[in-house]
Amino acid sequence: MSDTPILDVQGLRKSYGKLEVLKGVDLAVRERELVFIIGPSGSGKSTLLRCCNRLEESNGGAVIFDGTDITAKSTNINAVRQKIGMVFQSFNLYPHMSAEGNVALALRKVLKRPKAEALERARAALDRVGLSDKAENYPNQLSGGQQQRVAIARALALEPKMVLFDEPTSALDPELVGSVLEVMRDLRTAGMTMLVVSHEMRFAREAADRVVFMDEGHIVEEGPPEQVFGDPQMPRTRDFVSRIDH
Amino acid sequence: MNADITQWDRFLASFFDLAVMQKYLPDIVDGFLLTCHLAILIVISGLVLGLILAVIRAYEFWLTSWLIVVFADVMRALPPLVFILLLYFGLPGVGLNLSGYAATYVTLTLVLAAFSEEIFRAGILATPKGQWEAARSTGLGFGQSLAYVIMPQAIRMTVPPLTNRTIAIAKNTALGTVVGVGEILNQATTGQSFSGNASPLVLGALAYLILFIPVVVFGRWVETRFAWRRT
Repeated sequence: MSDTPILDVQGLRKSYGKLEVLKGVDLAVRERELVFIIGPSGSGKSTLLRCCNRLEESNGGAVIFDGTDITAKSTNINAVRQKIGMVFQSFNLYPHMSAEGNVALALRKVLKRPKAEALERARAALDRVGLSDKAENYPNQLSGGQQQRVAIARALALEPKMVLFDEPTSALDPELVGSVLEVMRDLRTAGMTMLVVSHEMRFAREAADRVVFMDEGHIVEEGPPEQVFGDPQMPRTRDFVSRIDH
Repeated sequence: MNADITQWDRFLASFFDLAVMQKYLPDIVDGFLLTCHLAILIVISGLVLGLILAVIRAYEFWLTSWLIVVFADVMRALPPLVFILLLYFGLPGVGLNLSGYAATYVTLTLVLAAFSEEIFRAGILATPKGQWEAARSTGLGFGQSLAYVIMPQAIRMTVPPLTNRTIAIAKNTALGTVVGVGEILNQATTGQSFSGNASPLVLGALAYLILFIPVVVFGRWVETRFAWRRT
């Protein structure tokens, strides 16, 4: 694990009108690290994640990714986003394209690869999430877990330096969660840098390098999972951890 | 005895006089062909223009958006006949002579563009926000996301309302008759006044049915074909 953070969030602020959801957040993620963000709903964790690829514009502070401040107006955000994959709660697959079409679109239009090469890489990415036999299926022919794995393949195909997961299993039936977590486990083994907002506490305990607890727009506590779950230092963390079953 | 037959004969004679029909059939066929290509031109240019306007409006520059809103509202509010007459009788006053054909074409194209712009826009707005986010998060630009991800979904959603509106506006080619466009209705009324008999009008009505019933059936087929199955 390298010591220079690939993602460095500094004093990040975000408000919706008068409601301040991020009140100065500092967070560094090193390469090959799997960082879990937990916290009650409304604590600002999804907003923090969405500021990391500028799906949300922040109101103050900086987000340095791989040496570039992505909040700067002069930053070519489309170029940065190729290097930051994102996986959404509701999958957001393109319903008019097959699985391989979903994965290949950005390869063709962003990386400008020829069609044959894009499809080849798309199939390789689908193979990585265990769906090489579903390449020609449309999203409505796939289960939720399969759709989410196609979405992960779509993010991976661009060979990002980091992947953001926004509650990737929250919309899935319980029996389908495992297949998605398995893919994430494989990614971790392969050394992918991941920032994950999720309620899968057992997975966090087992797989995360670091757990960050957020509440009311602040990072309250962070540390290795054994510490945050087993021996939380702050009262609010203790309160939250005691109320989740795991 | 004579009087019994007269009513029926009179009906046949005034609506289905075969001799009159035969005489005016070539004129109705001419009108049919003219209506066909006028309608096709209007549908193509109206839909293309409407799509272009909806795409421009999606970029949300205040000035272009404002202009498009004004255009769409005016063209949707104004009866098309008023606009045809304005173009046909008004423009020569400023030295621009538009044929009846051109006045009808321009008017109905703009009306269809106005309606279809609104329909396409509704489709763009109805496409889930997550589709934009997914596309943008992979590095696609705004225009690329619109072209490859949003519009294909928006257009599918808009097929049913678009089909109905397109048929309604294509039928309005009949308005061209008041500015001397030799389309179906014009040929039919001319035949009717020369012959003093309604049979050419019946032929005209038949010509409209022959032209538009297949279009209506096709529209229904397109609606089922493109019915969107969401997961």
